Amino acid sequence: MVKKDLEKVDQASELNLSRRNVLGAGALVAGAGIIGSQMIDPIAGIAHAAGSDAPIKIGFQAHRTGIGALYGRWYERTTNAAVKHINSIGGIAGRPVEIITEDDGTDPKRGADVVEKLATQHKVDFVFGTLFSHVVMGSAPRAGELKIPYFVVSEGYHVASGALNRYVFQPCITDVRAQISAVSGWMFNNLGKNVTIIYPDYAFGYNHRDYASAAAEKHGGKIVAKIAIPPTESSYTRYFVKIPKNTDVIYHVMVGPGVLTFVRELGEHFGPNHPQLFGFIDSLEGVNISSPGLDFLDGSHFWEAMPRYASAADSAGSRFYRNAVGVDNSGASKSDSKDVAAYSHMFGCWETLFAIKEAVEQSGYKSKKDYATLIETMEGFTGFNEGIAHPQGSKAFSGKTHQCYGQQFVSKVGNGKLNVVHKTSIADGMYEPETDYTKQSL
Amino acid sequence: MRKKSLIYSLLFQGGILLLLFILQFILPTYHHSSVSKIMVLASYAVAYNFLLGYTGLMSLGHAMFFAAGMYAAGLGIYYLELSALGALLFGAAFTLVISLLFGLFALRTSGVSFLIVTLMFGQTFYLSILYFNEFTFGQDGFSLAKHLGKLVIFNKEYLYSNPDVRYNFALILLTAYLLISTLIMFSPVGRILIAIRENESRTQLLGYNVYYYKLFALVLSGTFSGIAGAMHALLFTYVGTTFAEIHHSISPILWTLLGGAGTVIGPLFGTGIMYYLVDIISGITSNYQLVVGAVLILMIIWFPMGIMGTLRQKWMKWLP
Amino acid sequence: MSSWINENGPLLFLALLDGTVTAFVLALIALGLSLVFGVMRIVNIAHGEFFMLGAVFSWFAFDLTDDPLWGFLLALVLAPALVGGIAVFSDRFILRKIKYHPESTIVATIGLLYVIQSLTLIVFGPEARAVEAPLYFRIQFPWFGYSGYKLIVAGMSALGLLGVWLLMIRSKLGLYMRATQQDLEIAKTYGVPTKKIYAAVFALGGGLAALAGVLVVPIRQADHLMGLEPLLLSFIVVIIGGLGSIRGTIVAAFIIGISDGIISVFYEPTLAKMLATLFVAMVLVLKPSGLYGEEVA
Repeated sequence: MVKKDLEKVDQASELNLSRRNVLGAGALVAGAGIIGSQMIDPIAGIAHAAGSDAPIKIGFQAHRTGIGALYGRWYERTTNAAVKHINSIGGIAGRPVEIITEDDGTDPKRGADVVEKLATQHKVDFVFGTLFSHVVMGSAPRAGELKIPYFVVSEGYHVASGALNRYVFQPCITDVRAQISAVSGWMFNNLGKNVTIIYPDYAFGYNHRDYASAAAEKHGGKIVAKIAIPPTESSYTRYFVKIPKNTDVIYHVMVGPGVLTFVRELGEHFGPNHPQLFGFIDSLEGVNISSPGLDFLDGSHFWEAMPRYASAADSAGSRFYRNAVGVDNSGASKSDSKDVAAYSHMFGCWETLFAIKEAVEQSGYKSKKDYATLIETMEGFTGFNEGIAHPQGSKAFSGKTHQCYGQQFVSKVGNGKLNVVHKTSIADGMYEPETDYTKQSL
Repeated sequence: MRKKSLIYSLLFQGGILLLLFILQFILPTYHHSSVSKIMVLASYAVAYNFLLGYTGLMSLGHAMFFAAGMYAAGLGIYYLELSALGALLFGAAFTLVISLLFGLFALRTSGVSFLIVTLMFGQTFYLSILYFNEFTFGQDGFSLAKHLGKLVIFNKEYLYSNPDVRYNFALILLTAYLLISTLIMFSPVGRILIAIRENESRTQLLGYNVYYYKLFALVLSGTFSGIAGAMHALLFTYVGTTFAEIHHSISPILWTLLGGAGTVIGPLFGTGIMYYLVDIISGITSNYQLVVGAVLILMIIWFPMGIMGTLRQKWMKWLP
Repeated sequence: MSSWINENGPLLFLALLDGTVTAFVLALIALGLSLVFGVMRIVNIAHGEFFMLGAVFSWFAFDLTDDPLWGFLLALVLAPALVGGIAVFSDRFILRKIKYHPESTIVATIGLLYVIQSLTLIVFGPEARAVEAPLYFRIQFPWFGYSGYKLIVAGMSALGLLGVWLLMIRSKLGLYMRATQQDLEIAKTYGVPTKKIYAAVFALGGGLAALAGVLVVPIRQADHLMGLEPLLLSFIVVIIGGLGSIRGTIVAAFIIGISDGIISVFYEPTLAKMLATLFVAMVLVLKPSGLYGEEVA
């Protein structure tokens, strides 16, 4: 009984705050009507749908192999769980959801081919799921050429920067610029003013270098050294000698297999007298904090998008989501405790599918010729409410940048867990929009 | 006899090209697009084959040439607002210079040493794109979608991403490469290149300046690879370091050897088969790499001359 | 001058330490490749994967025994043996069938690379996993701390290199190998079982790479894509040192290992790599057969 009530409450909050007038309101009523009828009998919703239209086909561009394979695996599990749940509450606009997955090998060349295949051979309604930014750059323009809506789950700044096209959205995962701006303020104010940044020598790293530097100016901090490390590096000790003696905080965003070595060598280099550490959980997605060599991280802080360890502060929606995707309270797979989740990224898949659901139901989308309406409807969204559909937290959404903005978490490593010590507000990460996709033609 | 071979070859290849031309009116959208891409990549393989199949030099760094043409064309359009033709020419010129400089250097080595020098230079080129990332956009790459003008033919405007434009431009590229390769192979220059492949020291003894011939082959192979890269940028819009990585150097080797090194049209079959193999298998299992690896091993054991090579040996002795 | 030493002395010292460790490990891996080049005259593109397998098997040993020291000892024995076995299998059923033809071998070993890498992805998974060092102690220098285990790695690699040298000079197998390398036909005439020697050499090459993987994995981590970088580096080492020359390989490994360490400390690493490549190209232009190599066609 309680669960059904929760679902009802959450479905009500899924209805978006839309500014679009006539079309939106009409769709809203229609959508509400459909959802309303399902609220009355969620299980009958499927029977109701079967009588109506054909399935909504969503193409999932997955990093099943290549350097993104770890994320791809969890993205796929989360996607399947989300679809299972959505179909159990009546699908999208009463139509069952069908996911068609293709592997892009985390390769931009194949990304474009996959978009092509999903759009023209499988004839999906929408494509979503890319994470790695170079693959996004290689694939999204093709989606624009093929004129198919493309939902990115990447945390890259590409969408909001205006580099892409009007068919591309990133509605349910925040971008690095917002993340860095939001948490580095906390870092400068709580850990120390003199910061050394250690970052990988490519785009993801440059984002951190640039936006953290901008945040330093804003919060009276000082970047005393910027150390770039080539992605193929396997040993880091030679870089540590370059860290200035007056460093209060080491801000590190190393990603890739070398992270374990990075942390271990950092510990070997400094010993017990070390500066504060501030990192991003990207470094340790899929990695158990108690892994050998990571003890040096004890007492250090990490940015998280969604706290890996369950706590009493979790909302009902968050708990429902964690259970649905098969993750236990320590962030590992329920069926294999060694299989740690990419918990700060994968929620993006879950929420994006719900965002698609909301956009379809509000716009009255039936088939490809309704793309323009769907896009305009989504551009009218101002945000999403926290709940089962959006368990990471409430979000603001900008129709101009096609990007969402949300809360970020700062967690501290202690007792073999990550414990949240700070939660930023949505406003902490906002910045002036640098583009306006609504002005582009479709 | 050779004249007859030349005619048979041109007819055979002409037939295949005609088939490809007709195919565009029958193929469903997805395959139409796939074949366009296959033709551009096959052009890269045909260019590669010129060095491997005919001169006998195996390079493990050809992605350098492909990427050089691609980046020259792409950056030219992005920063200098070159036209499509201008970008192609710029890409060709840039790659010509690079292959010439590289050849002057690298051809002092041969065999395995040559292989590794090409590998290293390929890696350096890749690293330099990353190093100058403020200018080249580094690993992320960039898209030309918003920077390309429109193609104007007979007063009608077309986007470069238009499926018909893509298909036919790719076909024209492939046709040109096949024609040029065939003509060269039947010319005296081609005969000397084959002689170098078969027995370099004897050819040298006969009085030929082997070094210049090898340089010619390398520059031709490199420049054509670059033009293929430039065309790829134009038609498929994305320019990124993935085209400069070692895997993109390994690909033409596979395509060429699978299709038949030392045959002009072999690379086309090799490229097409590999492309569809990956495509079909990744629909069945997420571990397509495993199947590709197994297929490669089996292929090279049973068909070491590649498909066209084996066909030539058995039935089509006149194939160039 | 003295202030330069004061400022940069620690950097230099660290670079030398790190460079030495790198050099020893690199020598081990490259030696495997060089022997295969030298005796069998083929390029094994899957060589890096043998290194990766050594690291991955080491993780399994660590996981099985749940004890860093026993896991390490188990891996030390098991990993090279298993990888050697895979090498023999590949030699028997692939390389022999294509008659060691150079171009075909390249394609076949690329296929082998894909097969090994994807099987590892399936069995081991996509993520990187750490392995604890068998002996952990931290050496505190005045300017920085350093892992004692790294020095053990250098020491054990040196032992490995010594072992190979002794094998080549003192044993019958080594004699056969050198004979086969010098002249295959004549070796056959003298009754050298060249087919078995080929298998043995390929196994030895793979085993050395795997050994390096076992030694190195506690100071790095194991993941299925880790084979590419060592492959490229060992190619460079072998080519500079000269194909088939043990001495050349070891000397070249040291030149590259230490200079890479020093240059990277003072200049940007990406630039350092680019310069290193150009330097190698220079060497080749001046002496195409490498520092100690014989003329190879």
